[in-house]
Amino acid sequence: MSSVAVRLEGVKVRFETVVLAFDCTVRAGEIVGVAGASGSGKSTLFNVIAGFEAPDRGAVRIFGEEMAGRPPSERPVSVVFQENNLFAHLDVATNVGLGISPSLRLRSADLKRVDEALERVGLVGFGRRLPPTLSGGERQRVALARAVVRHRPLLLLDEPFAALDPGMRAEMRELLADLHREEGNTILMITHHPEDLRQLSDSVLFLDQGHILVHDPLDRFLERRDTAAINRFLGNA
Amino acid sequence: MAARENRLTIAAGGFSLCGILLFVGLAAAALLVQGGGDGNGLFDAYVWRVSRFTLLQASLSTGLSILFAIPVARALARQPTFPGRVWMLRLMALPLGLPALVAALGLIEIWGKQGALNRLLAATGLVEAISIYGLFGILLAHVFFNMPLAARLMLAGLERIPAEYWRTSANLGMGSLAVFRFIEWPVLRGLLPGVAGLVFMLCATSFTLVLTLGGGPAASTIEVAIYQALRFDFDPPRAIALAGLQIMLTGTLLFILKFVAPPPEEAETSGKAVRRFDGRSRLSRMSDRAWLIIALFFVGTPFVAIVGSGMQADLSRLVRESAFHHALATSVLIALPSAMIAVTIAALMIRTQRLLLAPTTPARRRSMSARLFAGTIGASTSLVLLAPPIVLGAGWFLLLRPLGDVSLFAPFVVIAINALMALPFVHRVLAPAMASHAARTERLAASLGIGGFHRLRWIDWPPLQKPIFMALSFALALSLGDLGAIALFGSQELATLPWLLYSRMGSYRTADAAGLALMLGIICLILTIVGTAGERRSPEGARP
Repeated sequence: MSSVAVRLEGVKVRFETVVLAFDCTVRAGEIVGVAGASGSGKSTLFNVIAGFEAPDRGAVRIFGEEMAGRPPSERPVSVVFQENNLFAHLDVATNVGLGISPSLRLRSADLKRVDEALERVGLVGFGRRLPPTLSGGERQRVALARAVVRHRPLLLLDEPFAALDPGMRAEMRELLADLHREEGNTILMITHHPEDLRQLSDSVLFLDQGHILVHDPLDRFLERRDTAAINRFLGNA
Repeated sequence: MAARENRLTIAAGGFSLCGILLFVGLAAAALLVQGGGDGNGLFDAYVWRVSRFTLLQASLSTGLSILFAIPVARALARQPTFPGRVWMLRLMALPLGLPALVAALGLIEIWGKQGALNRLLAATGLVEAISIYGLFGILLAHVFFNMPLAARLMLAGLERIPAEYWRTSANLGMGSLAVFRFIEWPVLRGLLPGVAGLVFMLCATSFTLVLTLGGGPAASTIEVAIYQALRFDFDPPRAIALAGLQIMLTGTLLFILKFVAPPPEEAETSGKAVRRFDGRSRLSRMSDRAWLIIALFFVGTPFVAIVGSGMQADLSRLVRESAFHHALATSVLIALPSAMIAVTIAALMIRTQRLLLAPTTPARRRSMSARLFAGTIGASTSLVLLAPPIVLGAGWFLLLRPLGDVSLFAPFVVIAINALMALPFVHRVLAPAMASHAARTERLAASLGIGGFHRLRWIDWPPLQKPIFMALSFALALSLGDLGAIALFGSQELATLPWLLYSRMGSYRTADAAGLALMLGIICLILTIVGTAGERRSPEGARP
């Protein structure tokens, strides 16, 4: 396996009024925090990597493979959104099971994997529950359980803890760090909270106005004082 | 795999669109080609008189509906808590689901020569009996249908006024008149063009009410004149000229509605009680009560009359009649396929439109032609409104006549016309539901690779079955109650329930007609209530 997880080369996405441009290299096995003001292009960056948005120009390589024309489900990528990660009318076990077989053909071994994944995220006995009856944190755990059974080497987290209170966020960060140690996967995580970066990430991608402004190791990023946008984000006076 | 599936969907959507364009286009072409003969004698005095009357009755109907609706909407807005308010709101929604023919019968029971009102007037011995037939009856029926509609749209507007306004106006001590001038009227004035345009459109294309209540050539609209030209005088050139006029008229109206006065959104009106501090004085309470009682009687009595006289009919004999069985079977055989076609086509076209504009298609492939395609799909539901059932029917009537016996094709043409007629309404029910469903599940399903039958079975069907059944139910009600298309093509062999009802009315078998009207009215009302019940969409568990 290549030691580079994601490489974006001259990627351009044109919208009605703006053009977003991305160039970056993410090393395999890292947790990368993705930050920037809203509208800076974080979600578009994720959409391009996950295959929800086709770039107008440039190449997206994941573990060395060119992704052009490859549908989202055939990329080595799992995605967890801020909300609506679960189909509300299907129970928790079914939602996780869809990660194993999108046509829900599950053998008994698969069902066991589903149970194990739920146990892993601390949701033993939640299999028959429907998503609307869960708390926000529990729903995000189910989404992580599904990512566990899908076992893809790249995990994209789009503000996964945004709807959670601070105590819950800390718990989820720990869970995520544990899962990362076990899986050895690469994680890109969009967040608005410097605390998430401090606790979790190895490096930080900071976006501003549709471009990747910096890509620094965590400690260098935290010490930066030279950019207004980053100062604003970190709350530096 | 996913790409192939998308291509298939887009192909099916395109196929549906072509079908609609072809069906409408062929009818229009038939009218144009066959009308090309002599252009002179077409626009005679009769045609002009009919056009003038169409515009006159539509203007008067619109004006009266709105003048009546304003105080009713205001009374409902000002008195947010009186007992029975919810039922009053439900009653105001009821005419929407009533077949026009049934409503006409109910109105005759109240306002007709032998009706309740004239009997009352005769008892006082003061006034000459009033006749419902003619302009008076047409206006009456149009106000019956459109006053509640206008009042509901205006009420929704009034209830959107921020609560702070009421606190401020109470704090400032604004009187009832000042509240109306400075708060309510500005809101209503903003809604007026849209509401008036919508009502005008409905009245200008109204067929059944004018046919049953017009009572002669003096009070005939373009649509009824087309029907008479084809069905009685057999004068195709005249029908063609009239159809051309009708298309010009509806085209102009649609243009105005689209660009000058888009109809207002109908928001949820019931339930939410806004705390208002005005309307508590004795005088305003009394005037509000008076308006609500007038509206209650005006809208409610025809329903009571339909039930009352329907119960007096010999229902048990009626349901055993073979003519009834035949009509019921014909109605179902026409309504079911047409409703299913409407829902399928609408769903396919909505999905196609979304796929065409999806961001996974790179900008260079998101080309002009794809945009044009998607735009045409969006416009096609309005295109359907451009050619009302009678015009479409006239075109197909003329198109099929040279091919032999029209009655052979008649069921299929009626099914197609009914399906097209339902399309805009089905679209309005399905589009928002499908859009929010797609927004919620599209990317998730794509990233998990759920496609094809499995997506339909596990992801799309469970949350969408309710809106689909609603749309289906609404389309069924429309088709079951329709007299437009069947009026041109109906016969002894092809007799639907409205057709049977109309012919019983024509042969003065009043009791039979009343019984049929009751049954048809109940069926259509139930279907409409089912079709509009769940308009308040549940958030589907995004939040606990």
